[in-house]
Amino acid sequence: MTIAEQSAAVQPADVVTVTVDGIDVRVPKGMLIIRVAELMGIEIPRFCDHPLLDPVAACRMCLIEIEGNPKPQPACAIAVADGMVVRTQRTSEMAEQAQEGVMEFLLLNHPLDCPICDKGGECPLQNQAMSSGRGTSRFEGHKRTFEKPINMSAQILLDRERCVSCARCTRFAEQIAGDPMLELLERGAQQQVGIGPDAPFDSYFSGNTIQICPVGALTSSLYRFRARPFDLVSTPTTCEHCASGCSLRTDVRRGVVTRRLAWDDPEVNEEWNCDKGRFAFQYLDRGRVETPLVREAGALRVASWPEALDIAARGLAAARGRTAVLTGGRLTREDAYAYAKFARVALGTDDIDFRTRVSSDEESRFLASQVAGTPMGPTYADLDRAPVVLLVGLEPEDESPIIFLRLRRAARKNAVPVAVMSPVLTRGTEKMDARWIPCRAGGEAAALAGLAQSDPGLLAQLSTPGAVILVGERLAGVPGALSRAAALAASTGARLAWVPRRAGERGALDSGALAGLLPGGRPIGDPAARAEVAAVWRVSPDALPAAPGRQAPQVIDTVLADAERAQRDEPREYDALVVAGLELADDPRADDLRRALEDVPFLVAFATHHSEVTEHADVVLPVAVVSEKAGSFTDWEGRSKPFSAAIRGAQSVTDGRALAMLADALDVPMGTGEVAALRAELDALGRWGGPRTPAPDEPATPPAGGTALATWRLLLDRGRLQEDEPHLAATARPTEAVMSQETATALGLSGRATVVLTGDRGSVEVPLAIGEVAEGTVWAPMYSEGCDLQGIGLHHGAGVRVTGGAA
Amino acid sequence: MALDESVRAQMASIVERYPRSRSAVMPMLHLAQSAEGEVSDEAMRVIADMLDLTTAEVTAVATFYTMYKRRPVGKHLIGVCTNTLCGLLGGDAVYAALTDRLGVGHDETTADGMFTLERIECQAACTHAPVMTVDWEFMDCQTPSSAVEVVDRLARGETVVSTRGPAIRDFEATEHTLAFPDDGLAGQGGEADDMMLAGLRVAHELGMSAPPVPGQES
Amino acid sequence: MATPLTPVITAHWDVPDLFTLDGYRRTGGYRALPKALAMDPDAIIGTVKDTGLRGRGGAGFPTGLKWSFVPQGDGKPHYLVVNADESEPGACKDVPIMMANPHALIEGVIISSYAIRANHAFIYIRGEVPQAIRRVAAAVREAEQAGYIGTNILGSGFDLRVTVHSGAGAYICGEETALLDSLEGFRGQPRLKPPFPAVAGLYSVPTVVNNVETITNIPWIINNGVEWFRLFGTEKSPGFKVFAVSGHVVRPGIYEAPLGITMRELLEYAGGVREGGRVKFWIPGGSSVPMLNEDHLDTPLTYEAMAEAGTMLGTGTPMVFDDTISVVKSVTRWLEFYKHESCGKCTPCREGTYWITGMLERFEQGHGADADLDLLNEVCGHIMGRSFCALGDAAATPYPAAVQLFRDEFVSATRTPVDETFPPAAGYVFSAVGAR
Repeated sequence: MTIAEQSAAVQPADVVTVTVDGIDVRVPKGMLIIRVAELMGIEIPRFCDHPLLDPVAACRMCLIEIEGNPKPQPACAIAVADGMVVRTQRTSEMAEQAQEGVMEFLLLNHPLDCPICDKGGECPLQNQAMSSGRGTSRFEGHKRTFEKPINMSAQILLDRERCVSCARCTRFAEQIAGDPMLELLERGAQQQVGIGPDAPFDSYFSGNTIQICPVGALTSSLYRFRARPFDLVSTPTTCEHCASGCSLRTDVRRGVVTRRLAWDDPEVNEEWNCDKGRFAFQYLDRGRVETPLVREAGALRVASWPEALDIAARGLAAARGRTAVLTGGRLTREDAYAYAKFARVALGTDDIDFRTRVSSDEESRFLASQVAGTPMGPTYADLDRAPVVLLVGLEPEDESPIIFLRLRRAARKNAVPVAVMSPVLTRGTEKMDARWIPCRAGGEAAALAGLAQSDPGLLAQLSTPGAVILVGERLAGVPGALSRAAALAASTGARLAWVPRRAGERGALDSGALAGLLPGGRPIGDPAARAEVAAVWRVSPDALPAAPGRQAPQVIDTVLADAERAQRDEPREYDALVVAGLELADDPRADDLRRALEDVPFLVAFATHHSEVTEHADVVLPVAVVSEKAGSFTDWEGRSKPFSAAIRGAQSVTDGRALAMLADALDVPMGTGEVAALRAELDALGRWGGPRTPAPDEPATPPAGGTALATWRLLLDRGRLQEDEPHLAATARPTEAVMSQETATALGLSGRATVVLTGDRGSVEVPLAIGEVAEGTVWAPMYSEGCDLQGIGLHHGAGVRVTGGAA
Repeated sequence: MALDESVRAQMASIVERYPRSRSAVMPMLHLAQSAEGEVSDEAMRVIADMLDLTTAEVTAVATFYTMYKRRPVGKHLIGVCTNTLCGLLGGDAVYAALTDRLGVGHDETTADGMFTLERIECQAACTHAPVMTVDWEFMDCQTPSSAVEVVDRLARGETVVSTRGPAIRDFEATEHTLAFPDDGLAGQGGEADDMMLAGLRVAHELGMSAPPVPGQES
Repeated sequence: MATPLTPVITAHWDVPDLFTLDGYRRTGGYRALPKALAMDPDAIIGTVKDTGLRGRGGAGFPTGLKWSFVPQGDGKPHYLVVNADESEPGACKDVPIMMANPHALIEGVIISSYAIRANHAFIYIRGEVPQAIRRVAAAVREAEQAGYIGTNILGSGFDLRVTVHSGAGAYICGEETALLDSLEGFRGQPRLKPPFPAVAGLYSVPTVVNNVETITNIPWIINNGVEWFRLFGTEKSPGFKVFAVSGHVVRPGIYEAPLGITMRELLEYAGGVREGGRVKFWIPGGSSVPMLNEDHLDTPLTYEAMAEAGTMLGTGTPMVFDDTISVVKSVTRWLEFYKHESCGKCTPCREGTYWITGMLERFEQGHGADADLDLLNEVCGHIMGRSFCALGDAAATPYPAAVQLFRDEFVSATRTPVDETFPPAAGYVFSAVGAR
């Protein structure tokens, strides 16, 4: 057996031959014995060992015999050497006895409260006690007891008497998350996991410690005492919260999502996820739209599907060619595609946009030229060994947490240089051992344009093959920034990736849910592109709009202008809007968007939940949430992450299916709208092979004077999908405005406890904190408790008035 | 008592001794204890801030070592070695006598805040058994009555001199020494005592010495 | 022929101000330093190797060999760390050395640092001995003032800083990798080896960790040479040793003699067992090595002879107990110590000491279970060789040795409390050595 042969990259010099339980294997040099055994199908029991954590050899459960060594050795900490002869518990009495002894020790002080323990039924201690332990205990003393449980955070609870001191949780906190707020305290038999005084374990990644705890010591407020593992039906799913693309396992008990775990995807999230992905799922069941609704005498009432579809169809038929579609960023790739097709085929419009957030025409052109329909990559794996990774306008710990973990590991393990161009030196940047390239908020374009002069070293690194540039959502609001990023990538040869925040954005872009772009990145102005799409859609190419339609900001402008036109008795440009999955607060012009929804004569909303949007709708069609349907998300890499429904037999209808029914009602053939059918069409369409539109070439405008606002959305904030999660919300970062001491002094804020940030539409007062922030810039969270900056007319890069608040 | 500016300045100076700042955490904890008679939550926060650590990291250290006290210690910390050798050679009786006299047991503090009593582990002074320590200064070769006399005299405010060290000050003073060891008291305690000189005296009596260097015999 | 006492390290301990720079210099101190600084560092390592000096902290690893593992020319800083965390029950030799003659240690530190190309040395002293810490710290300051520590020492171009570090109460920090973690500001828990400290020690760079007595040997080795050093001791255990004899002897104290001296000879120099007593059991070098009885009084105190006798030389600080002492109680106290000092990192030590101690405490009360006599041996067997570091092995040592020699006492303790069989007062030494 040659495990090494699986990897062509392994040279013979790096291969050693070892014998495990009498079987010779050739494996890469340096591999740990326990991993070699795993590959051979030999399971050596273990607790502290975890393949993604540095070995500690503390639990001593994996003791095995190595020929020539009089003492048993820990398989988790010893690398194989050529000619090594290893005997596991299967062939060595020494190993078997050692393991049995350790198991007896582990159970000495363990409460054996399996019948009431969350872990019971999926517990490595329970399982290995059965396989490697004695039937009965010989210990007659008193077991250690502790007050139970104690909070490590609002979300994480600890029952200390169950702990076996394997230190997986504390090593995770320190090594993986970079948040050493969970530590082993005390000594000896009193050693216990704990936190500092009044310093809870508020890591964005804290939930992983529960999952890797090999006993039931760590539990979550959300799941504790809620279910037994054998009552759960588990389904592999993909996280809907961001574009990281985490594989999850969703556990359902009696039709209700009870728990979500990180699932093993070595290419993407490895075995980790963030707390939002793990804990924010109560929204799935709360506040749902359960039946179609129609407006009658000013109020919504329940309607049947046929009635609602009929009303919607009549309204939309009357508005053909004068309708726009706004889809939000949360749809699956298949559902987004259904809207893309519906808009062009059923509504005769190219006015469609998935971006109801800060956006620009420059961004559209950037996406069309650099991203839409491009092959996968750069990937997570490309970050692992990159000669440099430059982040611009992206705070990965908040906006794409798995990128953060991957870069932290790349920096720690492979010394990958990470550079972050940002107005703020964040803890996240420090945890990636990254170099901070300060730039004024809104000055990103200028900083990128001037990089050759200001930082030739970085430019040289970026010119090394394999270099990666990651750009984030907020650059859409900085004129010239995306143009400069594309130019930098072109001039250095660095690979460029766009990291959206929402899980559905890349899939929506690739499926054509953006004005000017048909599926696969096809420019709608290109007759060949239209012909390819028309063939798959079985419509005449002439039936498709030939000119790029309006993007979201123009859609809003147009509706608002319509209201004035209507007053002048002029015809409206729009008679209807179709919306799906919108969150008003996402949009920098939330008030305008709200007004547009009010003003438009006919509004059809596809909705999972009741919201401000459904309040304004004329027809509301209820659609499925992710746990109820199959679909896929395309992560920031461009990787497709398909999933199936976690709740089986759910009655909910997907957006695609609802659109198909609506198309039927409009007498437009759209197919069944089933996920499989939509996927097949997407596959048939494939990627555009023709000429791409050129990258935008907007100049870098120097940032305005005065004080500039830096902002982005924190991972945990007031987002809709985090509603009804008090434990999770309690671990969010505090709302505060951060600026340098110099800026605070210059603004006359010394000694102030709070500051007032004022925009066009109002002010917020938030606590002041001093930190490392670029000169003339103040940072505050975009949408956190007591701080809705877009709501007061502020966005990243905007000028902000900062005045002193409470002393 | 809070950690004032002078204590913080001393803490900062400790960092200079080490190539990496985190190494300063132990002496800083000793110093905090010298200022407050215990390691308070506040002290751990101050140290964490100065060393760019989390309070969990500082707590992990503070709770690992037995000399760091997470509750206030009396003016004097009285330790009696009750490990096998000292204990069985009389330390048990010394400890019992002190328990009677002070009315407190292990890790307890007298109501007047004068004394905290502890059973302690081997003090590297087995030749001087039974060993007692007052504020960690050696009080060698104790008997129950001598030990009681020591605490009685301390209670009366009289001077008690360590058998191999300076006059007893108090727990906080010793903790300051552990943070800043060159405290000017090295000359106290005199030369080697009977136990330390036992072999040398026998050698002198018997005319024994180490062999001369070959070729340099005179 | 009786082995004579050979005071070397202790030869001038009766000089009243020996602990000062002046006192030490008057007795010939700091004469080895210029000699060493004139030598090639590798030649010093070679000399120490040739002497066969073995570490005096307990493990007996050859010092010169340890030094030679330090990679040279690697471009990294190197460190010397002196292990002055003397905490092993029974061990009481390093603290007296630091109190009586701290400058000899400092001179050894400077020479050793020069040999291994370390420019920063640390002396990690357990926190419970402030007087030893003061004297070492004062000696460092005096040596700095005299130009023995600092930049360009004695014009040699060699620079050295010395930092005195106080521990805070953790026996485990005597384990060299736990000591390094402690010195780095972490919990003193042992590290995985490899890498060994010589390759990746303090701050992950090459580091030598040596015991106080070991380093204190160095000035004499430099002054007097290999041939002289090997006049002491045996082929495998060369040199002199600061023995500390404690327990039921007439004159407990420090006795410096060549390795190879016997316990009977040491006892004789110490005035014999106290009046009316005889040796019941004795332990050559700390509670972590197996006890012996009278049968081994004539076994040479060398690394090899002690190993052959089934024990170890350890720290070379014999504890002597007469027949007033309960072996059950002795072992119970030691196990309580190990339980208290177990760092908690590994399962066998953390849980095993908890279990054993509970069983032994029942024996002490006269409630021992017959079955526990063998179970205790089995549990010790589950710790021995399976714990993370030697602390677990040490904890698994006292009981098997004791029950082998004194099984009857344990059997008796299944019925009778040990304080009835062995009235505690009989073991007290108050009449022998009174308080001052």
